[in-house]
Amino acid sequence: MTQGLLPAGVTGPAELRPLLADLGYLADDGLATASYLALRLHRPLFLEGEAGVGKTELAKTLARLVGAPLIRLQCYEGIDATQALYDWDFPRQLLHLRAAEAAGVRDLAGMEADLYSRRFLLARPLLAALETTPSVLLVDEIDRADDEFEAFLLEVLSDFTITVPELGTLHAEVPPVVVVTSNRTREVHDALKRRCLYHWLEHPDFDREVAIIRLRQPAASAQLAEQVTRVVQRLRSVDLLKPPGVAETLDWTEALVALGAQTLDAELATATLGAVLKYREDLEQARRLDVGALVAAAVGGG
Amino acid sequence: MPARPDEPALDPVPTIVGLARTLRAAGVAASPTRVQATVEAIGALDATSRGQVYWAARLTLCADPDDLPRFDRVFSAYFGGERPAALRRQRLPVPRPVPAVDVSASPPAPADDGEPAPPVAALASGTEVLRHKDIARLSAAEREALRRLLAAFALPGELRRSRRWRPAGRGPIDAARTTRELLRRGGEPAALRHRRHRDRPRRVVLLVDVSGSMSSYADALLRFAHAAARGSAAPLEVFTIGTRLTRVTRELSHRDPDTAIAAVGLAVPDWSGGTRLGELLKAFLDRWGQRGLARGAIVVVLSDGWERGDAGLLGAQMARLRRLAHRVVWANPRKARPGYAPLAAGMAAALPHVDDFVEGHSLAALERLAAVVAGHA
Repeated sequence: MTQGLLPAGVTGPAELRPLLADLGYLADDGLATASYLALRLHRPLFLEGEAGVGKTELAKTLARLVGAPLIRLQCYEGIDATQALYDWDFPRQLLHLRAAEAAGVRDLAGMEADLYSRRFLLARPLLAALETTPSVLLVDEIDRADDEFEAFLLEVLSDFTITVPELGTLHAEVPPVVVVTSNRTREVHDALKRRCLYHWLEHPDFDREVAIIRLRQPAASAQLAEQVTRVVQRLRSVDLLKPPGVAETLDWTEALVALGAQTLDAELATATLGAVLKYREDLEQARRLDVGALVAAAVGGG
Repeated sequence: MPARPDEPALDPVPTIVGLARTLRAAGVAASPTRVQATVEAIGALDATSRGQVYWAARLTLCADPDDLPRFDRVFSAYFGGERPAALRRQRLPVPRPVPAVDVSASPPAPADDGEPAPPVAALASGTEVLRHKDIARLSAAEREALRRLLAAFALPGELRRSRRWRPAGRGPIDAARTTRELLRRGGEPAALRHRRHRDRPRRVVLLVDVSGSMSSYADALLRFAHAAARGSAAPLEVFTIGTRLTRVTRELSHRDPDTAIAAVGLAVPDWSGGTRLGELLKAFLDRWGQRGLARGAIVVVLSDGWERGDAGLLGAQMARLRRLAHRVVWANPRKARPGYAPLAAGMAAALPHVDDFVEGHSLAALERLAAVVAGHA
């Protein structure tokens, strides 16, 4: 039975969870299963969810779990093959040509084959991930790239190969762990999704979010962690332009810890609310909700 | 996956295939390749644990957050104690709402305010008359002619500079092409190659009001949207607004206009209902617009601005939309009526946040709208 890239001794999602937790990532059942299957079956993991729920963080954690470098491809509009897959190193090719001429090489066919060999090929993230064994490839925010770009990914994600016309097909010895994230600004093509495990990340529930704060911000007191979580979860239930994610909860806690807070109070909360809410409209709405009352309810344990 | 001879009782394939069929009936696109992945995933997990089977199936069979509630419903029904074989032929009702009104069959609406039709020059050609005639007052035959004319529409957004490069005669030096040229000539200095940023049309987003007050225009406007979606290479997104917000881009991708409009009719639950523009605009911005769909796009609202809800909310959301979008265009079919003033509370609240306020009542008006969107006006 193949183990894939799973650490020794892991035979199910239940054993993977504590290992992820040791690395500072608290996964729920679904995410642990998704990670387990991604590692075991070499299937890319397609993660969607609100900003700040830990999509990118999971890729980083998986890289540390496998003990492999994280190779990141940040997508943007207009990204193309020479930026994502490979490019020819033209200056070096020219130098090589000049040097060969100076040395009086007459074998033209051999010269050409030489010019288009692997050593003149510059590896961009996708090729680099195939050639690094093992590795974790993060294709971040795929929805930002235009849809033509998805076609470049298909060959990489299904066969873990890249075909260079001048050179042939390059294979990965061990397929990399692939994490693709999307913010759903546009529909990603089904051909791509079909090759992946699909997981939708939700905001964590109260207990898990408190645990995440305790894990990531050990300097925060248990009391502070609970109060912060209570306020953030309350804010999420309000109709905001950008509901705060876990990343914002952690930022806020960090800010409060930096200010030496042991517990939350209305004054501190109002002063640091900018760590959680990033729109003027949202800040106004929080102010209307009366931050003081919100904090009082959280401190009182309600 | 090869069957394991030592565990014949645990062969999950028929169960998974049955689950996938039920899911397909419920509207989740659980294709055979996905089923293969499910079987593989269950093979790597504990097939006797309901939790693990759930996640293995959900991770491989779903592909969209909208799939998840359907999946949960089907999964709990399917494994709710019934044998899979018994469920094999059973079809769950497709959760598609039935439209209250089928547009393709809707009769020409009576003129609701009793105004006389605009005078028509006697010598103008039939097409020319039709071009300027209010869509709400067309006869059945004219409607048919209009449909044919609408089919020729394209709606490219105005151009913007993209990140992609194209070869050009002047501009920054294209290092890759210049060196390639050098290599081709054996390293001899050759002509310099240049490149420029390529221009691309902006994304266009159409928000089509299908509420009761717009019912006489909705069919023509959706046909306009269909032609625009098919005719232009630029990305075009179409939503309908009424009492609910529905994304109909996929339905409109049918080649045949009648099929496409019928598909939209099936997908849109709120034909000829009321309008809650503000709320729906907010839903659009929350779910799609702010994430990126409206960013840098040209957003066209095709509505009469008749707001049943809070006009203040509509104004606030229009302000938000304008901050996100490159340009906001409002096409109001009622604007062409003599003596029109934007008195409807919704329209009045929205107008300060609109870049272009145009008509939308006739073919000529839609042509003008297309010119505005393309930045030619």
